Amino acid sequence: MKSLELWAAIFMIVFASSGGDVLLSSAMKRIGDLNELRAGRGTLAVVGRVFSEKRFLLALCCFSVGFFSLLTALSWGELSLVAPASASMTFVASAIMAKIFLKEDVDHRRWIAAVLVCVGVALLK
Amino acid sequence: MNLKKYLVLLAVMCFGSIGDALLKRGMDAFGPVDVRHPWHVIAALGNPWVLVGISCLMAFFASYLTALSWADLSYVLPATALGYVLVTLFGRYFLHENVTPLRWLGVLLISCGVGWVTRGPEVTKPEPREARLRAREEQHEIA
Repeated sequence: MKSLELWAAIFMIVFASSGGDVLLSSAMKRIGDLNELRAGRGTLAVVGRVFSEKRFLLALCCFSVGFFSLLTALSWGELSLVAPASASMTFVASAIMAKIFLKEDVDHRRWIAAVLVCVGVALLK
Repeated sequence: MNLKKYLVLLAVMCFGSIGDALLKRGMDAFGPVDVRHPWHVIAALGNPWVLVGISCLMAFFASYLTALSWADLSYVLPATALGYVLVTLFGRYFLHENVTPLRWLGVLLISCGVGWVTRGPEVTKPEPREARLRAREEQHEIA
């Protein structure tokens, strides 16, 4: 399989997964600590609360696209390239989106981690 | 951070990497997906390796949801990056893939970078006004 098609599938995974990550994080922040919620109201209430959150359902749609892109990429390339490359770039994209959309405090420690991950991904090619 | 929270992060790492390895095993058995008929990939859901892989990824997802409920996204993703090392180990020893020294170096750099972040705070403290609004919203939801 051509390298270009493999990398197109990997970028599709990154785009869908990072969008899903941001939506999911936003949903979970609105819901609150699941451990505390489960201790107070039980597991069924937690499941009901999570599935009633629209952002969570949108995140699931994004992850579905990412999942089928992952299956396609895995049928074309090696696991030790596809999994770390897609996951690492998802991490960098998600950190940028977390800063922009979720207003998270992405401090120097997190940015240094992002740079190291980028170099690591370059070496994986 | 307490032991329970570290165990949740460990579950994210383990289930994610084991699930990826099982999916790869299943897709190897299934064969390459034709680029002209990409929807044929749905038939791979009948493969047992893919099904077990999906079960692991569901466990990964539950752990991931729990972690995101008390920590920032930009903390959880790097904090669970040791999973990359596990994936490479599975690729090398379980699937017998060729992992070059440069790829090992890449994995090492990723691990160092993301391990670094776990020493910082796991959540962004909200501004006082945001905290008040959020508390009011939660009270409203409870009522």
